[in-house]
Amino acid sequence: MNFPDDLKYTRDHEWARVQGNRVTVGITDFAQDALGDVVYVELPEVGDVVKKGETFGVVESTKAVSDLFAPVSGKVVEVNAPLVDAPETVNEDPYEEGWMIVIESTDAKELAELLDGAAYRKFVEEEQE
Amino acid sequence: MAKRTPLYDVHVQSGARMVEFAGWDMPVQYSGLLDEHEAVRTRAGLFDVSHMGEVVFRGPRALEALNRIFTNDLGRVVDGQAQYGCMCRENGGIVDDVVIYRRSAEDLLVCVNAGNREKDFAWLADHAAGAQVTNESDDWVQLALQGPRAQAILQPLTGAELAKLKTFHFVDGDVAGVPCTIARTGYTGEDGFELFCRPALGVKLWKALVEAGKPEGLVPAGLGARDTLRLEVAYRLYGNDMDDDTTPLEAGLGWVVKFDKGDFIGRDAMLRQKTAGLPRKLVGFVLTDPGIARHGYDVLHDGRKVGVVASGTKSPTVKSSIGLAFVPPALAAEGSTFAVDIRGRPAAAQVVKTPFYVRK
Repeated sequence: MNFPDDLKYTRDHEWARVQGNRVTVGITDFAQDALGDVVYVELPEVGDVVKKGETFGVVESTKAVSDLFAPVSGKVVEVNAPLVDAPETVNEDPYEEGWMIVIESTDAKELAELLDGAAYRKFVEEEQE
Repeated sequence: MAKRTPLYDVHVQSGARMVEFAGWDMPVQYSGLLDEHEAVRTRAGLFDVSHMGEVVFRGPRALEALNRIFTNDLGRVVDGQAQYGCMCRENGGIVDDVVIYRRSAEDLLVCVNAGNREKDFAWLADHAAGAQVTNESDDWVQLALQGPRAQAILQPLTGAELAKLKTFHFVDGDVAGVPCTIARTGYTGEDGFELFCRPALGVKLWKALVEAGKPEGLVPAGLGARDTLRLEVAYRLYGNDMDDDTTPLEAGLGWVVKFDKGDFIGRDAMLRQKTAGLPRKLVGFVLTDPGIARHGYDVLHDGRKVGVVASGTKSPTVKSSIGLAFVPPALAAEGSTFAVDIRGRPAAAQVVKTPFYVRK
């Protein structure tokens, strides 16, 4: 399973690509694999304010519903709208084309609380045991 | 610990993802639900359904005894034919929905749902009425070969003349050297077969079918695809769309209730319900707002809860968000609208004719 080192991760299985205060968010390879075929994605609107640890959307596979949790607090400045019509992208390319939103982070301290690739991999392995 | 079918090791070796279902460790998917679903609709899929139970009625009283327990009419089918129907309690509540295979008037096999094996056997044994009742649930492996290419895959492996085997008929015959009962039945809405064989030969049969099916595009398929396939054709699932507190009439299964055949358990209660009017009806719906309806979600009308979603999914074949829901009769007509409470958000829904998908 692939957990790129240039990304940060949450224990809710989101990834975050941090570029300055712009944080791109999606779900991890582990999450998409566990969900199975994703058939529905519900995302917030540009301008919505999200809070770290709170839900910002929903992803559903044919068999399960899963909330999406914001890795950091801030304002949603971009939404991957094409995902709504092509939810399978989340399975096919979770880290690139399958990105979900971009958050303009308002609290730099929160970034430090995210896991790096190695720590997330360890977390996933422990969770599977 | 969850029970395992004789094919458990084969599933694990083939990379299946296993989940617990009705007390069984079963494959939920192999390559992926959508891939398997599409294979069954366009080519073929192979399912291990050995978790299903089998109870056999034998003896001179077998047909008569079963017909008293069963809502459909076994007097209307011939030897070598199968029939779908319900077993009900006196109050009309469904004990289980089953397929009964009439081998002869003195030898009938009842195929029951996995989760109801013990309950059903107790119920059937209690109402044996002189028939000899045997629980053979652990004596059979059951494989479902489903899809438009099913006959082309199976025919080279058997001497049975499949072209002559009509829907809901069955015949005994060897498949790849394995003695089987070959039934033209299934739970997917496609043409296909269900094969019953001895547990010790299950792996041999599975491997022969997988091998023979490869050139035709057959894939092994799991319970996930089985559920989306059955819902597209609005086949009911026990535990979702019916239970001990639901009558066949409420579940939209009036077509398997034969009031004119003579007495059977639940007949009086259902006749009364028919006269008084049904309290609720199971209908097919599509969501006209985004989202997916799930089992247990509330059905709302004018902001009030008036019903409940029984089954729901995103249909892989017709692409829309489909489901079955219990609603008041006033909302059951085609074109009626209501809302489904999707985690606090009301999503508009419209009653449509079922099935959602019809094979060409």
